[in-house]
Amino acid sequence: MNDKDPISQNESMADVEPVAHTPTITLRRAQEERLLQTWETPSGWRYWSSVNNSDVGLWYTGMALVFFLFAGVLALLMRIQLAIPNNTFLSAEFYNQAFTVHGSVMMFLFALPIFEAIAILLLPQMLGARDLPFPRLSAFGFWCFLLGGVFLCGSIFFNAAPSGGWFMYPPLTSKYQTGIGADIWLLGFSFIEVAAIAAAVEMIVGTLKCRPPGMRISLMPLYAWYVLVAAAMILFAFPPLIAGSVLLEIERAFGWPFFNPEGGGDPLLWQHLFWLFGHPEVYIVFLPSVALIAMIVPTFTRTPIVGYTWVVLAAIGTGFLSFGLWVHHMFTTGLPGISLGFFSSASEAVAIPTGIQIFCFIATVAAGRVTRSVPMLFALGSMMIFVLGGLTGVMVAIATFDFQAHDTYFVVAHLHYVMVGGVIFPMIAGIYYFFPLVNGKKLSDKLGYIAFWITFIGFNITFMPMHFTGLRGMPRRVFTYPAKMGFDTLNFVSTVGAFILGAGIAVILWDLVRPKRKEPYSDRNPWNAGTLEWLQEMPGKPWGIRSIPEIDSRYPLWDQPNLLRDVDEGRFYLPDAEELQRETIVTSVIDAKPQQCLRLPGSSFITLYAAFTLGGFFIFGTYHWWGLAMISLALSVGVISYWLWTGPTSEKVEKDVGLGLTLPTYVSGPASITWWAMCITMLADLTAFISLVFGYFFYWTIHDDFPPQPSPGPGLMWPLTACVLLLGAWGLTVLAVRWNNHNQTHAFYFGLAAAFLLGLSGGAALIAGPWFTGLNPQEHVYPATVWILVLWTVIHVVVGMYMQLYCVARRLAGRMTARHNGDIINVALYWHFIALTVFITVAVIAGFPLVV
Amino acid sequence: MQPREVKETHERNQSLWLLIVSPTIWAMHFLACYLTAAIWCAKYAGPDRSLGIVREAIAVYTVIALVGIFIIGFVGHRRHRFQHPTTSHERDTPEDRHRLLGFATVLLSGLSAIATLFVALAAYFIEKCD
Repeated sequence: MNDKDPISQNESMADVEPVAHTPTITLRRAQEERLLQTWETPSGWRYWSSVNNSDVGLWYTGMALVFFLFAGVLALLMRIQLAIPNNTFLSAEFYNQAFTVHGSVMMFLFALPIFEAIAILLLPQMLGARDLPFPRLSAFGFWCFLLGGVFLCGSIFFNAAPSGGWFMYPPLTSKYQTGIGADIWLLGFSFIEVAAIAAAVEMIVGTLKCRPPGMRISLMPLYAWYVLVAAAMILFAFPPLIAGSVLLEIERAFGWPFFNPEGGGDPLLWQHLFWLFGHPEVYIVFLPSVALIAMIVPTFTRTPIVGYTWVVLAAIGTGFLSFGLWVHHMFTTGLPGISLGFFSSASEAVAIPTGIQIFCFIATVAAGRVTRSVPMLFALGSMMIFVLGGLTGVMVAIATFDFQAHDTYFVVAHLHYVMVGGVIFPMIAGIYYFFPLVNGKKLSDKLGYIAFWITFIGFNITFMPMHFTGLRGMPRRVFTYPAKMGFDTLNFVSTVGAFILGAGIAVILWDLVRPKRKEPYSDRNPWNAGTLEWLQEMPGKPWGIRSIPEIDSRYPLWDQPNLLRDVDEGRFYLPDAEELQRETIVTSVIDAKPQQCLRLPGSSFITLYAAFTLGGFFIFGTYHWWGLAMISLALSVGVISYWLWTGPTSEKVEKDVGLGLTLPTYVSGPASITWWAMCITMLADLTAFISLVFGYFFYWTIHDDFPPQPSPGPGLMWPLTACVLLLGAWGLTVLAVRWNNHNQTHAFYFGLAAAFLLGLSGGAALIAGPWFTGLNPQEHVYPATVWILVLWTVIHVVVGMYMQLYCVARRLAGRMTARHNGDIINVALYWHFIALTVFITVAVIAGFPLVV
Repeated sequence: MQPREVKETHERNQSLWLLIVSPTIWAMHFLACYLTAAIWCAKYAGPDRSLGIVREAIAVYTVIALVGIFIIGFVGHRRHRFQHPTTSHERDTPEDRHRLLGFATVLLSGLSAIATLFVALAAYFIEKCD
């Protein structure tokens, strides 16, 4: 910094120093007691009502590992079956269920949740926050995940599991598999995807708004950048799958022919929607894992990461490019060659940012002095495996090569090199590295080294031969093969390798669960790392961080003198909990200037009730018990409303958070985290809607006459009426914000009441269009598509009307005032999205038939 | 004291959106190329399956996209060179943060430009739908 520059000096003077004198021991004891009382973990069976990120993150991680082991055992069973030709160890039907459940569980119940789990556990620590911005939302996500996961895994014990592959291609999964398996997959995973989107909202708001004061965006740990990118990707990747699942489930349950060519549908649409999710998903699970390496490598080389900005480039660049790759899973479906060309070139381009980050890690290793350690060994091993998987990825991204390798074991080898190198090894590195933060003790170095070599060797023995099995022509997903095709030896070697790999995993598992009572607690910051999570005491305290520090560096523990002491002695922000309320600091997006002292909710079983009632809707739906499903849904709406209604309140307008800083305890609009959460959620919702609209135009491209002539509806009058009425409801809701803020009580109540009625009549008018023109959705895909757009919109309008009533009730109860106006502002924001949805729906269903 | 600089590096005048403009241009270009070609081949291509006007259209898209990416890259470059003396990004100052976001914008623009050219090359080499 140029010291002569007055501006820079002003800015640097803005950096707050910790309290200069040592707080008295009596004061510190009193503060600690109050903090402990506020953040205390409930005991006994009430332990499960905890919403603290350190508890929820631990359950989440543990459960994800359980599902990992479950799917791993299925893999071993498959390897036994394939060890010798013509084996009869497993039946064909069970084998189909096993590979479907193995793939689905690894992707949906392990790879993705472990990212959310680790982020919930560690992100607040890395950001020096007491907790994530929505602790109860994390707990809700966990319970959804647990219920959905157990339901899905359990089905295989009743011989009822899905068996159509993890990508569920119709018509196999619509016409030919009429059992319950596919429904379990579609509804079970839709339920878990809701949890994933909830976690994404949490991650984005957490990284952007809950950083410690002074941690500018340019000082943020790389992990946070990766989490931000991966969470943003979830918002755009999962909705297409949810939309696809809705369509496929409706086809299965009610016979609307979305993917059935006899009714004008097309199974390819499913493949588009699935891979529009499926390919980004690979990067969604890869980025947060490689982020762990970005934290581990600097620690063990004792040097800051080389090329911070380049790694940021790699994270964001990969995030974008990965959305342009989905068709490379569909190279053999007969799409025009030019389309394949586009996707092939984008697939090659994604190698650039992926390579850049690997080079940054290698450069960091080269620049520093590497300390021998288990996490570093797994990190280096993961890079080796991942690079090999990346290289075969470049091969299969070339369409002509893919024509040969498609659906063979070459692809199985490729994807396991990518996933094990890109997800599992970094995650094991992360477990060895971060374990002291969980219970204050280190894992065994000795067992770690043994486990590394067994898993590394076992992995390569298993999957290296599969490249050759695949090139020799062995197809994927066959339950057995004839002898003397050239597959025998290779398969046998793979099976032996799989058991070696399994043994390595067993060693790690033992290290995790073996009793450690007699071992001493680890030193604080045992690896001598530079980032904030290592401020934690051993063992950790439920409050997370004793006081929230001012940050001046990317590696504050290396660069900021006395940081540990100052944090511990409560010389920074929020050293106390005078009102016995859980609190953390909300800061601005770019420079992390303090904006709000956020009150956080405490332990509660409400999240569990909400998850189980919502889960009831999906699970009863699987069995087509629609009555029970609807009752369950209604219950969950009630529970969630109660949850929102009883959220944390603030009895003070402002609060002194220490170091001479006073912050408001309540903010609304774009400064508040709930506004961001609503905005982010609705972006995901809009993406799902756009996927349905994509379906409409997709059908247009494959049919010569779409809409079929003579044009059967929904006509112009009803949709236009609906559009006018619903835009009116939107306008009144937006005006209601003003009326609320100006305390024009009558205008507010009447305005919202009128908006409610307009919403009701508008929704009815929208349904009237296809209804009165006699569109039968079971007959042809055109009416089915019109109906799905209409129903999607109407359901959103109904939810919007419920929100209007909620705001009226809040104001009547005095819980919403001119100043505490967050509810109505967020509802108005929701209605902005509804207005856009209504406009697009009407433009498509009424407008598009006019122009073709 | 130079008020212009205060304004330029102040948090109010910064946003993360600039980072993703170039990749978004790439995404729009990609979608435009894909949709144009897919719709043409499904609906309008004659019996010779020629791409016809699609290739010219893609050339136009590419020029527009590259110009857009170049402009964003240039803005990023100016921020990166802000107060020119160093290329430091690590320190805790608004200038360093400004330079870092500028540099990241430049890098993302470069990547987006390469990726855009990659996609355009497919249309350069391939003359027919299939």
